[in-house]
Amino acid sequence: MADALLEVNHLKKYFPIKAGLLNRTVGHVKAVDDISFVIRRGETFGLVGESGSGKSTVGRTVIRITEKTDGEVKFRGVDLYGLPAEDLRKMRPKMQLIFQDPYSSLNPRIRVGDAIGEALLDHGLVSKAEVRDRVLDVLASCGLSSYHIDRFPHEFSGGQRQRIGIARALVLNPDLIIADEPVSALDVSIQAQIINLFRKLQETRGLTYLFISHDLSVVEHLCSRIGVMYLGSMVETASRDELFRNPLHPYTKALLSAVPVPIPKLKRDRIVLTGDIPSPSNPPSGCKFHTRCPFAMEQCKQQVPEFRDVGGNHYVACHLV
Amino acid sequence: MGDLLAIENLKTYFDTEEGTVKAVDGVSLRVKQGQTVCIVGESGCGKSITAMSVMGLVEGPAGKVVGGRIEFDGQDLLPLSRHELRTIRGNDIAMIFQEPMSSLNPVLTIGEQMTEPLIEHLKMSRKAARARAIELIGQVGISRAEQIADSYPHELSGGMLQRIMIAIAISCGPKLLIADEPTTALDVTIQAQILDLLRQFKAESNMSILLITHDLGVVAEMADYVIVMYAGKVVEEGEVVELFANPKHPYTQGLLKSKPVINQRQNELYSIPGQVPNPLELTESCYFHDRCAHCMDICRTREPRLKNVTDESKVACWLYEEAVVHG
Repeated sequence: MADALLEVNHLKKYFPIKAGLLNRTVGHVKAVDDISFVIRRGETFGLVGESGSGKSTVGRTVIRITEKTDGEVKFRGVDLYGLPAEDLRKMRPKMQLIFQDPYSSLNPRIRVGDAIGEALLDHGLVSKAEVRDRVLDVLASCGLSSYHIDRFPHEFSGGQRQRIGIARALVLNPDLIIADEPVSALDVSIQAQIINLFRKLQETRGLTYLFISHDLSVVEHLCSRIGVMYLGSMVETASRDELFRNPLHPYTKALLSAVPVPIPKLKRDRIVLTGDIPSPSNPPSGCKFHTRCPFAMEQCKQQVPEFRDVGGNHYVACHLV
Repeated sequence: MGDLLAIENLKTYFDTEEGTVKAVDGVSLRVKQGQTVCIVGESGCGKSITAMSVMGLVEGPAGKVVGGRIEFDGQDLLPLSRHELRTIRGNDIAMIFQEPMSSLNPVLTIGEQMTEPLIEHLKMSRKAARARAIELIGQVGISRAEQIADSYPHELSGGMLQRIMIAIAISCGPKLLIADEPTTALDVTIQAQILDLLRQFKAESNMSILLITHDLGVVAEMADYVIVMYAGKVVEEGEVVELFANPKHPYTQGLLKSKPVINQRQNELYSIPGQVPNPLELTESCYFHDRCAHCMDICRTREPRLKNVTDESKVACWLYEEAVVHG
């Protein structure tokens, strides 16, 4: 695909489980188990799923912060895992990560301006004299004031800290921003401010986002394409309109119907799933969702459903479809 | 229907090095029998401290209930001794929290923790208590109850632990259940299960629920009556349908508009400018005035009183004072 910024093919990430006196590997947590997707330049790809679905691991593995187990990741057409260390380092500024809790990623004893500017200097992108101007510039685009530059992280509220986290990523002028639950820790009124900021920055700077979230209403608001993950596998990928209008996988349907809507006395056909999410170290056979699926058949217990295009770039992995 | 819980002008203050934080400042609310009342608000608005005050769980010396009345089932709770309060807690009022893992003892089995209140409050024998505990585990929708009773908290998932907390809370047949963000730490599909469970128990036992949450979706699903708090005060309250259909206070309006809603897409979300005021720097005013689009002179210097605008709703806002707006 010509305009693909990030291409992920059959990505796998297994974490070993060690136990015993000799610390032997006794099994693997299949955090990411054969996942493929493409993010085009300028689009926002949303990755949704519940705890333990592997969505954060995907975010970290596609920019090689965590090493893959298998598969291929192409960023701007270049195979990231084939790059020597020095070339990878040069590529780093182009792909940036934003976390849920910016406070824990800021050094409490370093002034905000220095925290934002340090990566610029590390990568030798600007001279010392220019750093301050670049930082002031990016503070302004993130809705912070120039006097904030000399303050310490503890002097900021949660929403402002997330703005600092965004500024820190943005100052390097990245192509791709991976945002891992960036608004989940914020109050509703502040959350709306940050969501709007993400949108504005995308319009003005042509950014591409991989937006990881458990909150479907936020994802619907921001993303143009959405992938739904369950226990390390992608169960469905479609454009936003298609996914919300015509969800095909029973898990997607259940997830959509479980989100509480602020309309009292609304009667909805809710699919309430029974049971808990199984452990990713010992996932169910066949379709991983079959233990909770209200429509599970005999086939689902044995055969892994193929992740295939059912038309219009709508991918789903389910025997029923 | 009478009031099961009546809080009048509750004030809970915390002394800090920098000054007094008025975490809860003159809050009044009522919970009727069989009713679900939701307190909604953002971090620091005092919603949890209101609940903690009812339970007598605000720890001195820093925090103290400095004024007001808390009447439960006709009895004033504030003058009660620790021991008397302990009898009411557990028997008549039960509470569940956001983090089930931190409310359970990690070195005792689920069964041991479930039988404790049954033996203590209901004076059951050890054997009868265990049988009842196993029955309760089944009632909250967990299979293999015997086996679960012998497991430790770390062996169960968050959703299962929250079910256990609910089982413990309802085990003594409380009249009032206080639930402080009971589903905030859970995944949506598990949240749906837990909310269903709470609704089911309420329907079966005519128990009242005081539910504290920041999630307007959860409020809409659970509440009969809603109380909106901001910076330690009630700014608006009303019957749930009315409150969502016709929010009166600019803060409530802003909150409802700024929440993204599934299948209702907007290009740009409304957002309330600014942030919650520092509780140490509050002076007499409407505390929302510097974030409010309708701010008038009077809002900066005088506090609006909570008063009825319709039979079913109250609001504390100068915009609804005829004399101010038209006079």
